[in-house]
Amino acid sequence: MGTLTYAGQKYPLDNEKILLRGCTLRNTEWCFGLVLFGGQETKLMQNCGKSTFKRTSIDRLMNVLVLCIFGFLVFMCLILAIGNYIWEINNGSNFTVFLPREDGNSAGFSAFLTFWSYVIILNTVVPISLYVSVEIIRLGNSFYIDWDRKMYYSRSDTPAEARTTTLNEELGQIKYVFSDKTGTLTQNIMTFNKCSINGKSYGDVYDCTGQRLDISEYKDPADFSFNPLADPRFMFYDHSLVEAVKLENPEVHAFFRLLALCHTVMAEEKKEGELFYQAQSPDEGALVTAARNFGFVFRSRTPDSISVVEMGNQRSYELLAILDFNNVRKRMSVIVRSPEGKLSLYCKGADTIIYEKLHQSCRKLMDVTTEHLNEFAGEGLRTLALAYKDLDEEYFSQWKQRHYEASTTLEDKESKLDELYEEIEKDLLLLGATAIEDKLQDGVPQTIEQLAKADIKIWVLTGDKQETAENIGYSCNLLREEMNEVFIISGHSPEDVRQELRNAQNSMKPNGAVNSLLLFEDMGKHVNLIKDEVADGEYGLVINGHSLAYALESTMELEFLRTACLCKAVICCRVTPLQKAQVVELVKKYKKAVTLAIGDGANDVSMIKAAHIGVGISGQEGMQAVLSSDYSFAQFRFLQRLLLVHGRWSYLRMCKFLRYFFYKNFTFTFVHFWFGFFCGFSAQTVYDEWFITLYNLMYTALPVLGMSLFDQ
Amino acid sequence: MVKHEQEESPNRPDNTAFTQQRLPAWQPILSAGIVIPGFVLIGLAFIGVGVGLFITSRDVQVLELDYTGAVATDPCYKCSDPSIKDCKCTMEFHLDTLFRGPVFIYYGLTNYFQNQRKYGISKDDNQLYGDLDTFKSPASECSPYDYDSKSKPIVPCGALANSMFNDTFKLYRMVNGSKKEVPLNGKGIAWWTDQNVKYRNPSGTPLINAFNGTVKPINWPKAAYELDTTDVYNNGFINQDFLVWMRRAALPDFRKLYRRITKDEYQAGLPAGNYSLEISYNYHVLSFKGKKKLVLSNVSWMGGKNDFLGIAYLVVGSLCVFMSIVMLIVYAKFKFPEED
Repeated sequence: MGTLTYAGQKYPLDNEKILLRGCTLRNTEWCFGLVLFGGQETKLMQNCGKSTFKRTSIDRLMNVLVLCIFGFLVFMCLILAIGNYIWEINNGSNFTVFLPREDGNSAGFSAFLTFWSYVIILNTVVPISLYVSVEIIRLGNSFYIDWDRKMYYSRSDTPAEARTTTLNEELGQIKYVFSDKTGTLTQNIMTFNKCSINGKSYGDVYDCTGQRLDISEYKDPADFSFNPLADPRFMFYDHSLVEAVKLENPEVHAFFRLLALCHTVMAEEKKEGELFYQAQSPDEGALVTAARNFGFVFRSRTPDSISVVEMGNQRSYELLAILDFNNVRKRMSVIVRSPEGKLSLYCKGADTIIYEKLHQSCRKLMDVTTEHLNEFAGEGLRTLALAYKDLDEEYFSQWKQRHYEASTTLEDKESKLDELYEEIEKDLLLLGATAIEDKLQDGVPQTIEQLAKADIKIWVLTGDKQETAENIGYSCNLLREEMNEVFIISGHSPEDVRQELRNAQNSMKPNGAVNSLLLFEDMGKHVNLIKDEVADGEYGLVINGHSLAYALESTMELEFLRTACLCKAVICCRVTPLQKAQVVELVKKYKKAVTLAIGDGANDVSMIKAAHIGVGISGQEGMQAVLSSDYSFAQFRFLQRLLLVHGRWSYLRMCKFLRYFFYKNFTFTFVHFWFGFFCGFSAQTVYDEWFITLYNLMYTALPVLGMSLFDQ
Repeated sequence: MVKHEQEESPNRPDNTAFTQQRLPAWQPILSAGIVIPGFVLIGLAFIGVGVGLFITSRDVQVLELDYTGAVATDPCYKCSDPSIKDCKCTMEFHLDTLFRGPVFIYYGLTNYFQNQRKYGISKDDNQLYGDLDTFKSPASECSPYDYDSKSKPIVPCGALANSMFNDTFKLYRMVNGSKKEVPLNGKGIAWWTDQNVKYRNPSGTPLINAFNGTVKPINWPKAAYELDTTDVYNNGFINQDFLVWMRRAALPDFRKLYRRITKDEYQAGLPAGNYSLEISYNYHVLSFKGKKKLVLSNVSWMGGKNDFLGIAYLVVGSLCVFMSIVMLIVYAKFKFPEED
């Protein structure tokens, strides 16, 4: 971004040194700063302005209806004006004995005046007060959502909140639900559950006969009393790991040392021994907490040092570099110098990525650890692989210099840094893997089942790896054993992906596949809609992030969409926030269906904004999703009530209301139209003027509103 | 949960029937078991009401006498020329049976657009309420009947008042070859509110003083204060015939109450026999293809003769029964087992 030259030294000014508007500065009293952008140009404001105004299909229908009715009014008035013309010629001219015609008032002029008189008299047919009433009803129904005790979550003391009042009736028409996984389906409370260290798996509990026990029934947590700084809430049931730590097994120590050093967590110690961790992601918090309990307590950090209590001994590591995490790298590393002066690089990250960086020598360990990783993922746990490497002093100082140069260049800094990171993060030695459990929220499987019964299709879009996502899919009833087949699309080239999608289509719909493919080409050009199809059975689809990238390309998106829509459940894993929004846009573009996106984190914001209705879960990951959503509540299971109770009622009420409203206006107005034929089309009113004026406002407002607020 | 109510967080929504949408509600479930018997019952009820109405309506006696004189053979043909003044004509009619009392006499006009808007607003309500200011300057709606050719204000002004029906009738019964007049009662034929609230004579006696400086409507043979000089409460703007005329008819074919026959031996009705109707023919309607008639009628509990209502009930009731049979057949043929 730029460099700062101060006292002859150049300092890089990059993303990390920027405080965005809305940030809170911690662990320091003051700092010097430079304002880069202010007001409307801050990131916060730029992101805010983009949300589009969401309207419901009823709104659009209503506008069309009102226009039609207006046309109809003009039509009626024309008929009456013509009638008046004819009457004036046939009757009116004779009736002058009793009603003399003023000079110059021809039949044509009289008809012209009649036209406008009837525009005034018949205006009750145009439901001007309709919009007001509609808004009142929506407001009422939004309040019902706010007031609903069945959508109140007592543990976090959050009631549901309708943040918009205009979308209620759309809730009853949802066909597609796009859900995030972490924090939405799951609680996003991470617990360190299992690990694999140097080829040995810890975390499972066995009984004396060697049978594995279910942890939830087992009530004998490991004893951490040797460690005064341990977090009492942390539970671990495998005693052997504690033993291993106490026996000073070097790999186990290295494992936990890595966890204590390689992270971006901030520690707060308000009172001696009472540590609080501020973590960017709950995963990191869980890992650092685990290290803390096993005797490697992270206590504090400064920009260039980390102090850790290792098995009771205070040690301070010099922090030389942080190779930070991002979505592409999917790993982070730190380079530290131990108090003994040893230089090491500690790295943790997604297993697939780490495995590419490992040294040849740990091939055997890799195989064993892979087995463990698959086992963990099969249980729906989130996994990370850990690796380290000792660094050569000379090499490092040379690398450090290049790093400094790269970070102060202005052009192409990112890729230069990435290259440097790649260079140093190689030939790593595998330490092991961690497995973190993210528990499902209460009632998620039941909710998903209910929604499926209501013929709502649920697509889960998650950043997790395929096995984890699949497993969560099974555990929350999205994928079921009874399903005929669950297709897994994980091709690495466009051709593979296309072939896999075709195969899936063929097995779901053996007949008609060819026909519909031809239909596609037509539709792509002319009609932008895909009709709904029914598969021959129940199917599920799991698609990988890299395959999804190909599937979302314009040449293949229709094929992907068609396959996905044939399936009962779709899980997309390893997706980026942008892809989430792309998937939602894809469905919106080609399906005439109402979509809902539900998520809790900042990475779901794009999807929440893209969908017709966005729902934010107010959970662990801050308020960003909630702030950009249309409805928010605390638990995924409330979605059922929101859609199937509030949505349905709102929709039915709104429809009934519209019909009732049009009905009453038409009956009222047709009386005048009809009477026109008897009174010589003279715009004579049947009712008192006050009655006509206040008909919509007072005489008929309450029954209509009452029905549309209380109807069940 | 209930026990900890006092600890409840203010964020927790109130537990009331209204906020929790637990207000009692009822939604009919329209199953065949309800709808078919329901239709039969409604149908039978409608048929019952329809039969009652129809029979009642059939019992109402109506006698219509068209005296327009449009055809040369009509007894009033000689009077139909507007140039003839003070023309009288007589119509004979015969009653086979007793015409049950109380008998109402109406005059009827057809193709007469009393409901025309411009015609209807051509009056001054303040003037008719006895406001003396408007006697000097009638409202502009009355135009062209607000001032006469000498710029004198017309009272009552406007086309509506000006066109007041002014034929008069006398009814005679032929007893042993001689005419005997049937007494007609002109009291209580207007709306009570019209006579006591909406219309009012200007203050001051005699009534004629208030009308100083005004002229009578052009078509009227005599001024408003001369409508009934025998009865103060039937004179001026509260004259019953005037009030009846001023309450506009809703449709172009209408009849208005003229007199009632309530007195003497005619309380029970008009006995069978020959009658003679003497008409003072002053009102000309042929220019706009109108017709005039005199109607004798008695009433039942449902009002005057109206076959339509009874027939409408019968038709709707029969349709209901018919539809219930159709539905029964459909139901028997395609019974849906899951409906229960």
